[in-house]
Amino acid sequence: MKHLLGIEGMTFDDIQAILATAEEMHEVQQRPIKKLPTLRGRTVVNLFFEDSTRTRSSFELAAKWLSADAINVAAKGSSASKGESMRDTLTTLDAMGIDAIVMRHAGSGSVAQAAGWVKASMINAGDGTHEHPTQALLDAHAMLRNFRANDLGTLEGKEVVIVGDLLHSRVVRSNALLLPQLGAHVTLVAPPTLLPPGVGAWNVDVSHDLDAVLPGADVVMMLRVQRERMLGGFFPSEREYTIRYGLTAQRLQKLKPHAVIAHPGPLNRGLEISSAAADSARSIVLDQVSAGVAVRMSVLYHLLAA
Amino acid sequence: MPSSQAPGAAQPKSTPERDVTPRAEASTDVKSVMSASEIARAVTRMSHELLELAGGAEDLVILGILTRGVPLAQRIAGAVSDTEGVEVASGELDITMYRDDLRSQPLRPVGRTVLPGSIDNKTIVPVDDVLFSGRTIQASLLALADLGRPANILLVVLVDRGHRELPIQAHIVGRSLPTARNEQVRVSMTELDGVDEVTIESETSTL
Repeated sequence: MKHLLGIEGMTFDDIQAILATAEEMHEVQQRPIKKLPTLRGRTVVNLFFEDSTRTRSSFELAAKWLSADAINVAAKGSSASKGESMRDTLTTLDAMGIDAIVMRHAGSGSVAQAAGWVKASMINAGDGTHEHPTQALLDAHAMLRNFRANDLGTLEGKEVVIVGDLLHSRVVRSNALLLPQLGAHVTLVAPPTLLPPGVGAWNVDVSHDLDAVLPGADVVMMLRVQRERMLGGFFPSEREYTIRYGLTAQRLQKLKPHAVIAHPGPLNRGLEISSAAADSARSIVLDQVSAGVAVRMSVLYHLLAA
Repeated sequence: MPSSQAPGAAQPKSTPERDVTPRAEASTDVKSVMSASEIARAVTRMSHELLELAGGAEDLVILGILTRGVPLAQRIAGAVSDTEGVEVASGELDITMYRDDLRSQPLRPVGRTVLPGSIDNKTIVPVDDVLFSGRTIQASLLALADLGRPANILLVVLVDRGHRELPIQAHIVGRSLPTARNEQVRVSMTELDGVDEVTIESETSTL
């Protein structure tokens, strides 16, 4: 693999190999000395045109634990804010002789476009409402680890319910492409105004009734209501959204005994997820965060080691 | 000329295709150099030598280097445990992430390192099937340094085939095998390959 642009475009073997290596990277996370020499002399640039805490810092940690040099370039405070084009920013960084660019940008397809301009490997850390492949891989990885720890097998035959602002979500698209390949059945739940266009062609079911699907779920993934992307009235009020689509303390009671709650973060507590849910024993939110470092180490290994 | 055509297959057209034209054929000469019983005796002897060298099984941690060092290490650990009447600690060491040839090779799958506990102040015994350039051992020493600070490291290999590229020697060797650099030494272990055997393969060009 040269680039990681999306789950779309990855072969099943690529996916399995990245998940398998991620499993081994967890062991490194537990060590007192978290350092492997594998990518010594490689340079990874985190180029974020949009804000991020966990994705950027986990890519940075992943690079550093593999002994790559990592630098962070935020669009705020860079020449991009002086009016430099995305292409010029990318080719400038590329000319410094770097090996990979981890890029987040508001433009859907921007990372794939960038791959045509640079010699470095491009890694998609979220492009508009298109894809966020490492998030889907880490979600799958966190679920698999949880199932295995509880003797629940793999994702084969599992019901994953993804709830929330699916219109503005790149996470949902990557997960909808990934999870069915691993044997899971995916049901999307959202108000009709927050469903992505073309969802009918996806390999998923769609529902508007959270209470009806919760009892069958093995995983409930709550997605953030992306207030910063909402200009119009997608729902009457936040209170009404919470009543119909929020994972409230009452709704927790409907879950199967072993069902888990996932959320890619950041959380809007009280809006799409209650603190009772986010902090419950069912929550794998922090497992997702630690899976993020392992999965990103694996991705960097697969793109840069050979 | 040996024909690669299966009986009944379509006859070559008047202009023969590239892969049916005569060409030099390489054949592989395979020679067995250690039988199952010779391997078993070597394992028994190496276990005794290890006990003698280490002065007992206390604080020993026997680590098989993936892949074929693992069954060897298990057998040595088993033999040491039987002799001493105590369960000796053992584990597995994957050195993929420490290799110095990652860039020049196709991507390798990463294996798992399994330690029985802390390696600090223990006598660590890495076990590998074949000692050749010494680079695998160098990588395993780097891996061990990241995992802790052993009191002592004793290297055990089933076959030392020479051609070292680094100043590395094994403490205990099952069999020293003079080889040509271009020969292949293959160790088969019943657990992985269904048979215990050591062979040397050499390519001989005919025609």
